[in-house]
Amino acid sequence: MEYEVVIGLEVHAELATKTKIFCGCSTQFGGEPNTHCCPVCTGMPGALPVLNEKVVEYAIKAGLAMNCDIEQNSKQDRKNYFYPDLPKAYQISQYDLPLCKNGHLEIDVDGQKKNIGITRIHIEEDAGKLNHDEFGGGALVDLNRACVPLIEIVSEPDMRSSAEAKAYVEKIKAILEYLEVSDCKMQEGSLRADVNLSIRPKGETKFGTRTETKNLNSFKAITRAIEFEIKRQIEAVENGEEIIQETRRWDDDRGIGYAMRGKEDAHDYRYFPDPDLALIKLSAEYINNIRENLPELPDSRKQKYINELGLPEYDANIITGSKMLADFFDEATKYCDNAKSISNWIMGDLLRILTEKELEQVPFKPEYLAKLVVMIDSGKISSAIAKKVFEDMFETGENPEDIVTKKGLVQISDEGAIKEIVLKVLENNPQSIIDFKAGKDKALGFLVGQAMKESRGKANPQMLNKMFLEELNK
Amino acid sequence: MDITTLTIHEAKKMLENGEITSYELTKAYIDRIKKIDPIIKSYVTVCEDRALQQAKMIDEKRKNGEALGSLAGIPIGIKDNMCIKGVKTTCSSKMLENFVAPYNATVIENLEKEGAVILGKLNMDEFAMGASTERSAFFPTKNPWNISKVPGGSSGGSAAAVSADLAIATLGSDTGGSIRQPSSFCSTVGLKPTYGLVSRYGLVAFASSLDQIGPITKDVEDCALMMNVLAGHDSRDTTSANLEKLEYTQFLQNDVKGLKIGMPKEYIGEGINDEVKSAILSAADKFKSLGATVEECSIPVTEYVLPTYYIIACAEASSNLGRFDGIRYGYRAKEYSTLKELYEKSRSEGFGEEVKRRILLGTYVLSSGYYDAYYTKAQKVRTMVIEQFKQAFNKYDVLLTPTSPITAYDIGSKTDDPVAMYLSDICTVSINIAGVPAISIPCGFDSDNMPIGMQLIGKHFDEKTLLRCAYTFEKNTDFNSMKPEIGGI
Amino acid sequence: MNITKEELKHIANLSNLYFSDEELEKYTKDMSSVVEFANELSKIDTQGVEITTSILGEYNIFRKDEVKESFDRDILLQNAPEQGDGMFKIPKVIG
Repeated sequence: MEYEVVIGLEVHAELATKTKIFCGCSTQFGGEPNTHCCPVCTGMPGALPVLNEKVVEYAIKAGLAMNCDIEQNSKQDRKNYFYPDLPKAYQISQYDLPLCKNGHLEIDVDGQKKNIGITRIHIEEDAGKLNHDEFGGGALVDLNRACVPLIEIVSEPDMRSSAEAKAYVEKIKAILEYLEVSDCKMQEGSLRADVNLSIRPKGETKFGTRTETKNLNSFKAITRAIEFEIKRQIEAVENGEEIIQETRRWDDDRGIGYAMRGKEDAHDYRYFPDPDLALIKLSAEYINNIRENLPELPDSRKQKYINELGLPEYDANIITGSKMLADFFDEATKYCDNAKSISNWIMGDLLRILTEKELEQVPFKPEYLAKLVVMIDSGKISSAIAKKVFEDMFETGENPEDIVTKKGLVQISDEGAIKEIVLKVLENNPQSIIDFKAGKDKALGFLVGQAMKESRGKANPQMLNKMFLEELNK
Repeated sequence: MDITTLTIHEAKKMLENGEITSYELTKAYIDRIKKIDPIIKSYVTVCEDRALQQAKMIDEKRKNGEALGSLAGIPIGIKDNMCIKGVKTTCSSKMLENFVAPYNATVIENLEKEGAVILGKLNMDEFAMGASTERSAFFPTKNPWNISKVPGGSSGGSAAAVSADLAIATLGSDTGGSIRQPSSFCSTVGLKPTYGLVSRYGLVAFASSLDQIGPITKDVEDCALMMNVLAGHDSRDTTSANLEKLEYTQFLQNDVKGLKIGMPKEYIGEGINDEVKSAILSAADKFKSLGATVEECSIPVTEYVLPTYYIIACAEASSNLGRFDGIRYGYRAKEYSTLKELYEKSRSEGFGEEVKRRILLGTYVLSSGYYDAYYTKAQKVRTMVIEQFKQAFNKYDVLLTPTSPITAYDIGSKTDDPVAMYLSDICTVSINIAGVPAISIPCGFDSDNMPIGMQLIGKHFDEKTLLRCAYTFEKNTDFNSMKPEIGGI
Repeated sequence: MNITKEELKHIANLSNLYFSDEELEKYTKDMSSVVEFANELSKIDTQGVEITTSILGEYNIFRKDEVKESFDRDILLQNAPEQGDGMFKIPKVIG
């Protein structure tokens, strides 16, 4: 039987505010356990929350960028449950009046465009961290992350494959980065997703029973967890088993998902409005002001790259998919008109090296990539040399002009010097001359290669070509 | 002269004139606590060294002619649900028996900024849930007027201490009558300010939308002096009102001429003890004789305020008390084999019976399937209560009612039936539901010589009219000058 | 209205309270009378009445996003039943 997969995502993004959602403690990542804490975020008796205004602003920015309606009368509610990482035994979240609702995003999978509905975006506080106690065997509670502001972005069950889910999260990540409302550092957990997934026979309109796989914090994990769960559910159904509505975990190291042990607590969060916090009432003026000051978003930049700079859609998609890359690209093109070449460098060597070295930032200025392209275009260095210089730039972060000068890599374009090399290579390779004359064109390539070697890559290849032909045809 | 009988305004003068020092005054209280409190049992913790140290410092400053605050050298007791950094804050619960607060409540900061000396922490019903102080996990407090009777609650320690001259004034907290009812039982002046007038930061929450801190004092002037210090905006409490700071002492005028007083009939009818009723009617006559008009009025929703109160208060409490889970502070059970057991045993062993009952009720009314019938319904009735008080205040400046339908009863006589206990809160809970201010002042004694209190209720943030009205009554009667004789001492 | 023992167990479980059989009996009885008392509310007509969401009607009470110094960790940990490595400790439990 053929099955259709139905996926909905809940994406949690930590907001890039300086302080926590309800107290003035720093949100900085890292730091000794429990050193970014106070009575409010450790849930001491008598302590009270006061909402950080930036949290509201950032959530609305995200909502507007994701085409949501903004709720003008919003409130915060308590979600009651016990867990050692939740100091007050309730999480302050939003229940029936979230800040944003009814939005949508367009995703692009292999050129296929699709709209994904966004049910709601609400603000809430993060929990702390439970660490395994290496010695005692128990658990240790660190509350540095407790009370860090989050937005939860809840999608409609609109996705039908892991590729769509991945594209959707990538899109959210790009938007949040462009808005500068979240760092979206997945390995630090500042962007993570819960996957709701069910299957149904193709053509069926009713939804199947869904499971929720929680806390996926890399694109790889999201993709693999979805693939795993699809396979598991199909196998179960084919074996005549019933899918149980349950919460699941994903073990990325072992590549398997598993049901969380039967939670002893029944799911009844007893939401009610938090009496410690005031209502949030947003004026149309306030919302419009945020709307008017939204920065440029990925889609609009993508169109600009395609229409104005002539980049292929594929390249434009990838570059604008990361704010870091797009900013880098924009900055580089200020110093050099050859946008296509800059794009090629980014799409090729730059992305490759970033991945290889697991870097999040390019270690040199965008201006330097522009300079490198200018040097190639002006014939000052060869493409081959440029690749080496580029590797060097990653190592040292230096200006490519300095590298070229220091290492003497300037392309040899002096006719006399080129001629000297050509004559030397011909002298050392008499067989190639015979081959060439016998009509073997490959021999020319070999000779040019030898000349490049002789010049340690610095000779201008076009000039070499021309001069070899002149000499051989003499 | 026994200087522990002084009021704040009397002691202030003597301190300023150099007739006494703060050290002498504080020491007199400490000595009296040592002598009398073993009988009354109002204190959970006495901060002897800390208090004497503070007093010495104030005396030093005074000697050097430094600027001093408005409560400089005045020894004050604090209900044990307000945090004082470095001092135990137990809420009279086994759960927090050894809990040392890591920070100061805003009211403590404000008192200490004005030079007040903190004598110690006062007994209460566990987590402020109760009306007799018998629910303290440690010991019941006795009524100084008759030590076989309860002092009321939950701020029973705070009222008993003032009544027995074990503190010049105290702080209580009031969620459904916890300042006013013990004030009525012990013949003290107790004010529950408008919700939002006094910061709740550092007050261990019982029911966040109802809780309010207020003073318990020997007379109305002291109440105003305390409010000068307690009232004020606090950016750490979102529910704190951002209003101009007032000098409450300026409203102490002996004049109620033209004042319109309403007497809601629902508060003086069935279920109100006859002696209490007649004391209130006499008080009404007194006001009339002083030039006020007194008229019967009606707040019909009163019939429903008790279930409304218990649903809202318990719902909030069930959530507020979740944090006592044995992980970060508080009682942790000795034996458990799962995390769930650690939670359950710590909470079951750490909380007393009444607290558990209220957590259960609160969890029940918030739980799936019951939320609308109870919690939503109660929040709608709350709107009606607010509306009906508003309407009453369109016509009247203040409302007059008994503070409690009964006077202090025998210790142990009423603990068995929870609902019967709840019913005695009938006069006080609507005030918290509506968020309006109310003051309880002495207005008589029953045939057993137990105090009777009357309650004056005001509009939001109209403490000034309450104070003026209470002050006038006090100046024209002598109930306030009566002192209990404690066990013949 | 009567609360059944099963209902009480469910509520106790949500509240993380444990009761012995004997206590269960007593609390079930207490809760039944308390809930009956709360049921009085069903008699009042609240049609068309809005719920109270705020006593003073205030809204938008915000804090600026300015970092304040955090607390001394030792003070925050001073009441912990157990601690280790600067953290609140939960001992190893089965399950």
